[in-house]
Amino acid sequence: MIPSLLARVVLLATLVVGLAGAARAQVFNPETFTLDNGMQVVVVPNHRMPVVSHMVWYRVGSADEEPGKTGLAHFLEHLMFKGTEEVPSGEFSRIVARHGGRDNAFTSYDYTGYFQNIAVEHLEMVMRMEADRMTNLRLDENEVLTERDVVLEERRSRTDNNPSALLSEQSNAALYLLHPYRNPIIGWERDIRGLSREDALAFYERWYAPNNAILVVAGDITAEQLRPLAERTYGRIPAGEVPERIRPSEPPHLTERHLVMHDERVQQPSWSRRYIAPSYNTEDSDLAYPLQVLAEVIGGGSTSRIYQSLVVQQGLAVSAGAWYNPTAVDTGSFGVFASPRPGIEMDQLEAAMDEELRRILVEGLPDGEIERAKTRLRAAVVYARDSLHTGARVLGEALATGQSVEDVEAWPERIAAVTDEQVIEAARRVLEPTRSVTSILLPARAQQAGETDEQG
Amino acid sequence: MLKKAFFALVLLLLPVLPAQAAVQVERVTSPGGIEAWLVRDHTNPIIAVEFAFRGGAALDPEEKAGLANMVSGLLDEGAGDMDSLAFQRRLEDLAVRLGFSAGQDNFTGRLQTLTENRDAAFEMLRMALTAPRFDAEPVERIRNQILAGLRRELQDPNTVAFREWYRVVFPGHPYGRPVRGSPETVQAITADDLRQFVSRQFGRDNLVIGVVGDITPEDLGPLLDATFGDLPAEVRPALAPEVEPQLSGEVTVIQRNIPQSVAVFGEEGIDRQDPDFYTAYLLNYVMGGGSFSSRLMEEVRAKRGLAYSVYTYLQSMDRAAIMGGAVATANPRLAESIDLIRQEWQRMAEQGVSEEELENAKTYIKGSFPLQLDSTGSIASMLVSMQIDDLGIDYLEKRNEYFDAVTLDDMRRVAQRLYQPERLTVVVVGDPEGLSAAAQ
Repeated sequence: MIPSLLARVVLLATLVVGLAGAARAQVFNPETFTLDNGMQVVVVPNHRMPVVSHMVWYRVGSADEEPGKTGLAHFLEHLMFKGTEEVPSGEFSRIVARHGGRDNAFTSYDYTGYFQNIAVEHLEMVMRMEADRMTNLRLDENEVLTERDVVLEERRSRTDNNPSALLSEQSNAALYLLHPYRNPIIGWERDIRGLSREDALAFYERWYAPNNAILVVAGDITAEQLRPLAERTYGRIPAGEVPERIRPSEPPHLTERHLVMHDERVQQPSWSRRYIAPSYNTEDSDLAYPLQVLAEVIGGGSTSRIYQSLVVQQGLAVSAGAWYNPTAVDTGSFGVFASPRPGIEMDQLEAAMDEELRRILVEGLPDGEIERAKTRLRAAVVYARDSLHTGARVLGEALATGQSVEDVEAWPERIAAVTDEQVIEAARRVLEPTRSVTSILLPARAQQAGETDEQG
Repeated sequence: MLKKAFFALVLLLLPVLPAQAAVQVERVTSPGGIEAWLVRDHTNPIIAVEFAFRGGAALDPEEKAGLANMVSGLLDEGAGDMDSLAFQRRLEDLAVRLGFSAGQDNFTGRLQTLTENRDAAFEMLRMALTAPRFDAEPVERIRNQILAGLRRELQDPNTVAFREWYRVVFPGHPYGRPVRGSPETVQAITADDLRQFVSRQFGRDNLVIGVVGDITPEDLGPLLDATFGDLPAEVRPALAPEVEPQLSGEVTVIQRNIPQSVAVFGEEGIDRQDPDFYTAYLLNYVMGGGSFSSRLMEEVRAKRGLAYSVYTYLQSMDRAAIMGGAVATANPRLAESIDLIRQEWQRMAEQGVSEEELENAKTYIKGSFPLQLDSTGSIASMLVSMQIDDLGIDYLEKRNEYFDAVTLDDMRRVAQRLYQPERLTVVVVGDPEGLSAAAQ
């Protein structure tokens, strides 16, 4: 499972929609401590059921791959189920299942995560197994090659069989000129075909170490109960030398890029645009909170500005909205999208979207719209606390991408503190055409009049 | 580096006590006689409600297929004196989440609210159910969204394959039509149709309700009357017509120029009320329901790298039951995947499962159950399923016993009855190679 960019946005939306209640309210009330070897531990108590969600997040993802080795982080994630001396290939998931648990893993640009959801009485068992494969992975050449075929099938299912996913992949490659965020998490097909057992083991040895990992446990447990378990499992692994994450920085973006993809499979055209944007970690990170409010105001649902204008009032689109992803080690991204109603030309839709964005920059936003959006965002905190997994995922992602527990807990206050002026200023700084890629997905090109079959 | 002792411990622990679902279900009957099943949970100041009316898309008139689905998209688009925007704004201001969905046999709704906005939230639900407006603007807008969704589905080989499979297996029956309808039938639906659906389908006699969260039975009773009391006492919804699935065992190919073929396969499943249902559930876990532990995952994915995903499922509807599945494999090797699946079907029919497989299936199915109950919403949803499927209010306590009672002989007997490789009917979307030879 790979959270695509879209999945990341969905995850963000869960946090964002889940967060009401008073600004002073804490979000997940986690407890945290650090093992002697540098492994950070976060506990999110939730005592409804005698179960836990146990996750280990590594601070390494597809953006840490070498050129020509795209897909390696994700390939390794698959191979992590291929066994150690103690737990033979394929047994990891079977042992978890035999104890009534579920397990899986995911890879993103900046992190790789492994999780098991299981009865709390088996927590120590999965901790031992997860700690075991942190250092003792053993790979058989034939199994590696078979698993590479599985990953190629995964790529076909997710990307090659889906024109929208193919265009999205091309769009990221166009948005980032140099930064590895330009490469798909699953990898380019040619690169995947070349990945070897040695590549995977080298990547594993380079990045997988307790001091580059975060343990998050949510559920029926306290930090006091967890600490001894963590010490006698992960705590026994010595810290490793983990390299700095050095990624190429982007050169200046000077051009508006327009991508048009024709594909015979397309039945419903679509329009989207993505902008390079600040993240929590970039120099202009002060814009990260205002941008979340901006995305909510202009495109966060059926009362939002873009939806009301393009879908309801003008009737140009069947759907429309905006998103923003602030959780990245390097730059974030901001996006707007719309799908046209039948008979509406893309030019007309794009002009209407541009006009909406221009109006925001020129006229600002009417009184109250920003306040309402902030209320909506904060309203989601209580709902986010309800689910066992949301807290674990949000905290894990935050810590793996350079935020702190305090940052997550302060989220409602920081959203509440955003001013109208900051939202408009953030819009001005980010909605800059030369830092954007506009992508249009269309059906197969109609044959031109007079064109012969041979030419077509 | 790690002590061996731990791994010995793993093996010793294999027969494991499942975590007991610490969930108490109470029956609440309102002063007006409306029943709801309640699980109190005061951990967070929120309340989740799920409810269902028996009768869904399978009752849509053929020329208006997609009616139930369209109603589900419009109930929160204006009600009472509030137009669409006012209604949506009010939901947002209250931080209330309200949504509806239509299945073949049931029409489902769900509400989530903070305790502090409880009464106002239930009032929004009352209005949506009893005074939906179906104004022209939202009706056309949602119709357009549904039509766009139908066009998008045509781009997705998976959806195309599933649609075709149900069409082939249930020809001329509502179960052979998509819940969302077709472009022609969705175009044919009028605001009057939508209103008639509401008055015909929503009644207190076909309603079940589950409530979870920060509320007491004393507070819930009057709220049930206030919210659902205005619904007609009786609507007596019809049942969909009886039907026999048509399982020719053949392979149908829909030719598409894509690199990977998607295959949907299946045959007859088992009724939810059948005494052998729990046995079938265990069998399905072993075959393809058990994620990484299933036979199909092992044979198709782990051993041969033929697919990223291969799975099976049981679907028990009011009038028919299906045991289906899906796999996606690159065109040159798709035939191999289908061959393997047929072989596994055959092996299951002939040999059933091993004692170890049965025990593993039981421990997983019992032990993982509490994992499904990980939020107020998911528990409310379970309460509704328990009522729709007539499982009894003590189902959460009894569930483990039902699985424990299944023997290896039961597994053999039911496997023989259910798994009939010659009836395994397949639809492929893609450009598969050498399929006809493999499928014979």
